[in-house]
Amino acid sequence: MATFFGEVVVAPSRAGLDEEEEAQDESPEDSEIRRELQAKRAVQIQWSAAEPSGCSRLVVAIGRNAAAFLSSFILDSVCWEVVGVVKLWNEWCRTSSTTNILPTDSFCLFYRLISDPTVLLCQCSCYVAEDQQFQWLEKVFGCMQKEGLQVTILSTCPVADYKTQESTLTLASPFLKALKTKEFQEQVCCPLLEQPNIVRDLPAA
Amino acid sequence: LLQPAVSVGNVGQLAIDLVISTLDMTKVGYFYTDCLVPMVGNNPYATAEENSTELSINAEVYWLPSKKLVVLQIRSPFIKNKYRPFCEALLSWVKGSRCARVVVLSSSHAYQRDDEQLLGTPLRYLLTPDLEKAVGGLMQELNWKEMEKVAAYPGISDTDKVLHIPGGGITKLLFTESCSKGIQMAVLLKFCSEGDNIPDAFVLVNYLNEWLQLVKSEVNSSSQWKIPSSWRLLFGSGLPPALF
Repeated sequence: MATFFGEVVVAPSRAGLDEEEEAQDESPEDSEIRRELQAKRAVQIQWSAAEPSGCSRLVVAIGRNAAAFLSSFILDSVCWEVVGVVKLWNEWCRTSSTTNILPTDSFCLFYRLISDPTVLLCQCSCYVAEDQQFQWLEKVFGCMQKEGLQVTILSTCPVADYKTQESTLTLASPFLKALKTKEFQEQVCCPLLEQPNIVRDLPAA
Repeated sequence: LLQPAVSVGNVGQLAIDLVISTLDMTKVGYFYTDCLVPMVGNNPYATAEENSTELSINAEVYWLPSKKLVVLQIRSPFIKNKYRPFCEALLSWVKGSRCARVVVLSSSHAYQRDDEQLLGTPLRYLLTPDLEKAVGGLMQELNWKEMEKVAAYPGISDTDKVLHIPGGGITKLLFTESCSKGIQMAVLLKFCSEGDNIPDAFVLVNYLNEWLQLVKSEVNSSSQWKIPSSWRLLFGSGLPPALF
């Protein structure tokens, strides 16, 4: 596409970038750099004791708002103990490695209810990049049994992203919407998310 | 197997939406893959309250036994460096499930056309050698135009001609891999630009219909296709009245 000054630029496309040029002619140095970068972006999970194999309920809060909700209303140092931490790095954030986490830090921690160790909470306020989402998923759910496990995911999206017939300005926000799998038989406390709205990123994964 | 490539204007994907919605195809499975950006939503082809709550994700497979048709729909972009792994996994599935032929719906940047391509139909096709033997004659009868090859180094007259599909996403990779693996594959693509690509999707799906005859062709070329409910509000929510 030609611009005002005559130079040709690639038009941005919803389909993403063309990868054909990148895939060919990779020198050994480039491969090495790519491998190192992939290793740096690897998601690591550390459990303080054994891996949580007998989990019956898992609540995952993704994003700062959801994490803050858990901190304000659910978590406290009497009933909950930290049992795991996820460490990752990407261009947007690095998870904090200190033990005294501030609300403004990026972190991803797992808590267990002391009175019922089968209940786990995950607070994930760091941004998990596209290529790390699948890894995160596999590492976290890989060590849990799927039978009898109920997972609840809490997340937030901007109201401006919500598609509806009227303008979003007239909506009474904030409001709750839900998505659920066929297997979830209990009552949902809010209306289901209508088409054409979708959920992206880690909550979707 | 009918599938889209995630390409400029998402035309292939929109056309596939029309096919699935019109033929009321049944979902039979999905691809669990790390190659596509995750997304989830409720049933995009819902027609009533009852069938609107089924979850839908980024790569799902639909089936219509009466036409021996399997359709793969891809709903999100590829993650960087994942084109090749996805193509390999897909083609090995195609071979393993003994699928007879694959049709890929795609598109290419309209602004990259040369002078000759600017005239005439914006639709093109490609056939792998194995499929050429079977349907090459039919393409001649339908008066379809094959995608032209371009010079590897434009401006230099003596160079080899290569296949170039700018904005086509995985189309070229799928096609070249299918050629070398002996898979019968056809690519149907349209030259277009980003924007409201719904008309492009109708043109592409009618082009496909000329060959596969999935629905009865009618004079009014868009009325035989059913628009899915998820196409509502494609360009955002309603406008605030205070704007005026």
